[in-house]
Amino acid sequence: MNITVRKFDALIIGAGGAGLRAALQLSNADARVAVVSKVFPTRSHTVAAQGGVNAALANVLPDSWHWHMFDTIKGSDYLGDQDAIEYMCRAAPKVVYELEHFGVPFSRLDNGTIYQRAFGGQSQNFGQDQAARTCAAADRTGHAILHSLYQQNLRARTHFFDEYFAVDLIKDDQGYVLGVVAFEILTGKPIVIEAKTTLIATGGAGQIFRTNTNALSNTGDGMAMALRAGVPLEDMEFVQFHPTGIAGRGMLITEGARGEGGFLINGEGERFMERYAPKVKDLASRDVVSRAIAVEIREGRGCGRNKDHALLDLRHLGADTIMKKLPGIREMTLTFLGLDPIEQPIPVFPTCHYSMGGIPTNRDGQVVVPVKDTPEDPVPGLYAAGEAACVSVHGANRLGGNSLLDILVFGRAAANHILEYLGENPHHRALPQDSVDRALERLARWDREGEGEAVEPLRRELRKVMEDHCGVFRTAEVMREGVAKLQTLRERIDQAVIRDHTQTFNTARVEALELENLWDCAIATMHSALGREESRGAHSRVDFTERDDERWLKHSLYSLQDDALDYKPVRTQPLTVESFPPKKRVY
Amino acid sequence: MEFSIYRFNPDTDREPRMQAFTLDDAMVEPGMMLLDALILLKEQDDSLGFRRSCQHGVCGSDGMNINGSNGLACITPLSKLKTPIVLRPFPGMPVIRDLIVDMDNFYRQYREAEPWLVNDTPEPEVENLQSPADRERLDGLYECILCGCCSASCPSYWWNPERFLGPAALLQAARFIEDSRDQDTERRLERLDDAYRLYRCHSIMNCTQVCPKGLNPAKAIGDIRRTMIKRSL
Repeated sequence: MNITVRKFDALIIGAGGAGLRAALQLSNADARVAVVSKVFPTRSHTVAAQGGVNAALANVLPDSWHWHMFDTIKGSDYLGDQDAIEYMCRAAPKVVYELEHFGVPFSRLDNGTIYQRAFGGQSQNFGQDQAARTCAAADRTGHAILHSLYQQNLRARTHFFDEYFAVDLIKDDQGYVLGVVAFEILTGKPIVIEAKTTLIATGGAGQIFRTNTNALSNTGDGMAMALRAGVPLEDMEFVQFHPTGIAGRGMLITEGARGEGGFLINGEGERFMERYAPKVKDLASRDVVSRAIAVEIREGRGCGRNKDHALLDLRHLGADTIMKKLPGIREMTLTFLGLDPIEQPIPVFPTCHYSMGGIPTNRDGQVVVPVKDTPEDPVPGLYAAGEAACVSVHGANRLGGNSLLDILVFGRAAANHILEYLGENPHHRALPQDSVDRALERLARWDREGEGEAVEPLRRELRKVMEDHCGVFRTAEVMREGVAKLQTLRERIDQAVIRDHTQTFNTARVEALELENLWDCAIATMHSALGREESRGAHSRVDFTERDDERWLKHSLYSLQDDALDYKPVRTQPLTVESFPPKKRVY
Repeated sequence: MEFSIYRFNPDTDREPRMQAFTLDDAMVEPGMMLLDALILLKEQDDSLGFRRSCQHGVCGSDGMNINGSNGLACITPLSKLKTPIVLRPFPGMPVIRDLIVDMDNFYRQYREAEPWLVNDTPEPEVENLQSPADRERLDGLYECILCGCCSASCPSYWWNPERFLGPAALLQAARFIEDSRDQDTERRLERLDDAYRLYRCHSIMNCTQVCPKGLNPAKAIGDIRRTMIKRSL
């Protein structure tokens, strides 16, 4: 088959914050960079981030990167890698100032500096008073950042492949990753994009759960591509349930709503977080607040006719604060619930929000895999950043405001390392045809006609299986059933067909390929969750209720090829400061 | 619930047609949005083409013409729509397939507005300062999601899509003209001072009426004009 081949120095898959921050760094350094995205860049899910980005600017209250580091490690339930966390927290002020210089319309304090608000899990002086570390553009921070980054990339003349779907990585027999096989959604035509380096920045896989805050496009495409290229995924059992999704619908109500002073109440009108986190109450870590809501409901203290949700009360904040600081969430509750938070509390429920796990990388964004005795050997030419990656700065539970930070810091760091790599590897390697052919086969598989199940019902079933068998509270028995159900689903997916076999903008084909990616991410999540016999961060086992540092202070690695789990140690040694040893987490 | 949806696939169709769809009333839940219905209809016929992503009105993917007016499917409640619900692609933009239009020209005009901050002073080590009052001037301008509802409802843009920037791009132009940190105001205004780029706007106000984010491109265009006049005096 005659297939178009394009060549670049650096390829970036995904045009959210991580991808665009990396692209900008590379374009500004005069590298030939291509960004492939299945949606127009400003439709990427970074656009939906609301509350803000953490950086110890100390504009409102005293702050330091070291306190930020402590909070992040504690928030991670000590599973985060302390070298990467130190790196991120030190870099935070710089990347936020850079953003401001790029034009991000941050909200402002009276003295003209960037507005910062309080978020969950933030403290001054290693666990003392509440900090205010989250830099915000009203409650549309992700939108403001994504659009500014895209605009800067336009200025830098980055090359975009808009609405191209990446199918699979190209890898030669010496393990070098040399680009991707993709297809243009508009024409259905496959294309080989050859590159000396490939950065996966495709975001998370929130769509594996039925109720989630994520875009429909968050189908874990990059994670699944990595799995199929023989890269294991790290810590996939750690899925963040955001405490305040709109009950029954899933749309996100930012933690900034509680940061501004909002609080949760149960069916008895009680501010129940006072019982679970006496000190910081509603601003405890997300895992703690989500579990508290789930427990309240389970014990019969839910709100509403079915006692199946909690209420988020903002009324006491007053119209002015709500209109100025939380205009986006007001707009959303008006649209989806016909409810004005100035007058009524918002029904909320913990909702799948974020994948802490992902493609294992070091703090330079290089993808690392275990080889013989080395747990972290770089895959030459392959990088990952953002939610698709696991660096791991979030460990078992991410702090609010750290995801926008993660994408900026590590998108940038990956680009800097890519520039180094390009210096040392100036030439394209030979394209391995067998690897290209395998990707094309995966694409051609959906040309199959005849009888078979349809994609959408299978997708629905998969999401239901994950919700029922791998939700907020987990047990071995229920997860074992879940694994079996997923395996049956896999056989059915392999037999599924789409009816539409035309070429022009065939969305049925895109959704079919996404379903396969979802399954790969789902099985990695279920197996990793079943494997980890302890409760830590977002992973709560009813049959193993305690954290067990002796056995489990380690990262999970799930490999699809071997259908097996492996583990690697947590990097407890920071770059320059002393290690924070595991302690009991109290908020 | 009845629907009538514009269908056209260049691979198989010579002419576009309207296709009737029925959604079982039992499947219509309270609070359901048009996008939810479209996803269910796509299950009946997986060849039905439309863009979508975030499902809550921030990514701007699912703009279309709904009962004669442009809007986002994901934040349009079914309960507010008269049936049969008539869905067409954006008017004035080339149709790729079904409800999917070619937005290349729309994006080209966006780039024409040079929507990036220009500031040539040496970079400070910290943030540029901006007073809350100066920052407030960006409210109503920066929130645009590039869905295209406005430009695709603007007769001036339909007639002169190549030369008139259209409301979305002009809103972006205003966003940077108004930004106290931007130093390119003079040149921005000069570039816009053209019988077509800016002045094809005839204040028809369709843009403001349809904007799903409640923004007011017509006012922004008026403000650019006023700034221009003030400068020329």
